[in-house]
Amino acid sequence: MSGPDLNGTDLWTLGVIVGLALVTVLTRCFFFMSNQSWHLPHWAQRGLQYAPIAALAAVVVPEVVMAQGQLISTWQDARIYGALAGAAYFFWRKGQGQAVLGTIVSGMVVYLPLHLGLGW
Amino acid sequence: MRGLLAGARSWWQHPAFARGLREMASVSPGLAAWGLMTGVAMVKSGMSTFEAVAMSLLVFAGSSQLAAMPLITAGAPVWVILATAFCVNLRFVVFSAHMRPYLMHLPLRWRLFQGYLTTDLSYVLFTRHYHHPSEHVAERREQLAYLSGGSLFNWLSWQGASLIGIALANVIPTHWGLAFAGILALLGIGCSLASSHLRRVAAGVAGMAAVVAYALPLKLNIVVAIASAVALCLILEESWPKKPGAVA
Repeated sequence: MSGPDLNGTDLWTLGVIVGLALVTVLTRCFFFMSNQSWHLPHWAQRGLQYAPIAALAAVVVPEVVMAQGQLISTWQDARIYGALAGAAYFFWRKGQGQAVLGTIVSGMVVYLPLHLGLGW
Repeated sequence: MRGLLAGARSWWQHPAFARGLREMASVSPGLAAWGLMTGVAMVKSGMSTFEAVAMSLLVFAGSSQLAAMPLITAGAPVWVILATAFCVNLRFVVFSAHMRPYLMHLPLRWRLFQGYLTTDLSYVLFTRHYHHPSEHVAERREQLAYLSGGSLFNWLSWQGASLIGIALANVIPTHWGLAFAGILALLGIGCSLASSHLRRVAAGVAGMAAVVAYALPLKLNIVVAIASAVALCLILEESWPKKPGAVA
C-alpha cells in the first residue's frame, strides 16, 4: 500500500463515508434543524446518558480480547497490556489535561515493544 | 450569495473572531496529535489513500471515524455502521439542544454550516465563554464571530494533522500495528465518559455482550450490546438511588 492507490477505492466504502458525513450533520444539528421546538421522550433523553459509552465499549472490547472471532486463550497478547496501560494512565491522571492523548501514548509505549520485540 | 458573504464577513471582521481563534489554538496540540493518529489509523485499517482523505474531509468526526473503521474492514452492513456512528455521536445531539437558542435566529443553511463545524472543543470553549444566548444583534454577532474563529482553527488543525497522518501511514510498515492507536483513542474517550456508576455498568455490559454475541452475523453484536446496556441501565436507574451531586 503505497502512493495514491485509487485502485483500492470502492464505491461501497465511499457510500459509507457519505453516510457517515450525513450522520455527523444530523447529530451535530439535531435540535436546531427544525424551526419547531420539540423534545425527545423522557426515556430517550435518559438513554442518551448511556448509549455513547456503550457504543465505544462494544467496539473496543472485542478489538482487545478477541482474535479470529474467538476469545483469546493466551496472556501473551500485546493488546491486553497496551489497553491496561492506557486505561491506567487515564485514571492515574484522573482525566485531567491531555489525558486521552496520554492514554494513546502510554498504551503504545507498552504495546509496541511487546508486539514488535516479542511478537505478541 | 451576497447575503451569505455579508453574513460571513460580519463574523470574521469582528474582534471576537480572532479571540476564538487564539483560544482554540491554545488547546489544539492534543487535537492535532489525535488527528495525526486518526489519519494513520484510517490507512492502516486498509482504506485507500483516496478513501481516507475523503473520510477525513467529509466525516470530520474522529471518534465515529475510528469506530466505523473496524466495521468497514469487516464488511458490516451500512445501517449497522451508521447506527454505531450515530450512537458514538450522541453527545453532539445533547450539545445541539444546548446550542439551539444561540443559533435559531440564523437561516437554516447557516445553522447547518455552524452545527457541522461545532466539534467537542468548539462547543466546550463557546459555552464556557457565553453562558447565555443573546437577544441583541451586536451580541449575537460577537458570539457567532467567536464560534466561527474557534471552529475555523479547529477544522484547520484537525484536517492538517489528519492529512499528514495519511501521508505518513504510507511509509510506516503495517506490521507495526499502529491501527491499535485508534482503539486506544476510543478507550481514552470511553474512560472520559465513565463519570457515573451506571455509565461504567453500561460500558461493562456492552463490552461483555459484544464479545458473547460476537458470532452474530452482520456485526449485530454491536447493536445488541448497545441496546442491552442502555435497557439495563434505564431499568437500574429506576431502582438505584441517586447519590446527591453525582454527575449523571
